[in-house]
Amino acid sequence: MATIAVIDYGMGNLHSVARALNHVAPRAQVTVTQDPQVILGADRVVFPGQGAMRDCMSELQRHDLIDVISTAARTRPFLGLCLGPQALLTHSEENGGVAGLNILPGRSLWFGHHLRSAALANQHLKIPHMGWNRVHQTRPHPLWTSIAQDSRFYFVHSYYLLPDEPTLTAGLTDYGFEFTSVMAKDNVFAVQFHPEKSAAAGLQLLANFSCWHP
Amino acid sequence: MALAKRIIPCLDVDHGRVVKGVNFVDIRDAGDPVEVARRYNEQGADELTFLDITASSDDRDTMVHVVEQVAGEVFIPLTVGGGVRRLDDIRTLLNAGADKVSINTAAIHNPDFVKAAADRFGNQCIVVAIDAKSVAPNRWEIFTHGGRRPTGIDALAWAEQMTAFGAGEILLTSMDRDGTRNGFDLALTRTISEAVSVPVIASGGVGELDHLAAGILHGKADAVLAASIFHFGEYTIAQAKQCLADHGIEVRW
Repeated sequence: MATIAVIDYGMGNLHSVARALNHVAPRAQVTVTQDPQVILGADRVVFPGQGAMRDCMSELQRHDLIDVISTAARTRPFLGLCLGPQALLTHSEENGGVAGLNILPGRSLWFGHHLRSAALANQHLKIPHMGWNRVHQTRPHPLWTSIAQDSRFYFVHSYYLLPDEPTLTAGLTDYGFEFTSVMAKDNVFAVQFHPEKSAAAGLQLLANFSCWHP
Repeated sequence: MALAKRIIPCLDVDHGRVVKGVNFVDIRDAGDPVEVARRYNEQGADELTFLDITASSDDRDTMVHVVEQVAGEVFIPLTVGGGVRRLDDIRTLLNAGADKVSINTAAIHNPDFVKAAADRFGNQCIVVAIDAKSVAPNRWEIFTHGGRRPTGIDALAWAEQMTAFGAGEILLTSMDRDGTRNGFDLALTRTISEAVSVPVIASGGVGELDHLAAGILHGKADAVLAASIFHFGEYTIAQAKQCLADHGIEVRW
């Protein structure tokens, strides 16, 4: 039986992710776990997360998961969700600056710099960026299968991804300015939104992940 | 700008049953929250809000089961409110499948509760519900007990304080308009929405679809919540979205 490990490091509600995976891949064994052996024994790994980056990194350290995640991200289909993609980058400016896992080169930056700039201040765009926004697929990818171009997904975040290499971007979203909402490299796919809360399009993406063979 | 304005049907749940009447032509049991949630999801609701109005706190488990069931088959954001008083209440609801919890009276009794909740669970899942009533031109105060009991707290100052304490979203209900079907209190909505940095959901008073559009265009709300116009089968979510789209408002189809 195919196994999917959802990494649980005490950051946010992972049951929704597991529930959605069970829904789209009823024959897979979905485990919410912080056990390194279970994670590295799984066929596929999902790295979710909610909350603040400093807590995220300290919880990963406390659970001895830093190396485990780096290994998993090199060796099997790996899906980052929400805070997960931010943690994959080199650095986040949240909490006064936090070093990330540096699996993908780049930074995550606060929306406020852009949204409160003179050009956008009159639009009074709210932070967090919360709700259903479009994702423009910038290149073909197996995880985009059967998902219409510019489909809407559900977002909740105050920091956005800025990968060093434009080639990492697989999806763009417009919130006053265009930012990278999806990154992809080899066996890693990382989305800023919540596919588990994004109705049909989100479920399709999770279904695609559950049968992805990079 | 591509972010869609959200339409959020609100379900009042008492002892695990939807109350205030829900009318769908082909629904088997209009009181079953799971079936109602499924139907709104099929119609394109952007989120769902459940308000537990069960009086007795010893019956809270019923709501938890409802949330579990809905979360197992409806994959859009779920907010649950009503009687959220302790961090444990929040944990239980989030584990059951809620994405956000709405805090109302408990925040008034102890504003630090909101801070503690946001610190523990993240701002993104803490909604502060504000029930406001007009007390003078362009001045509103917070009321409790269904709008009967004044607190003397200024609504604008309260919204700002709650945002500073970590509320990720404000659910703003006009107690003057709630149940009147005369439309949102647009001045209230606009005052709060323009003052705070977080999204504001307008609530209270929707009687026709144009009211939803006005809440966004004139009230500057980020989302609109309504109960009765959807429950009684007068309008579908899709009709509401069409109305917003006709006003040039971006919606999710």
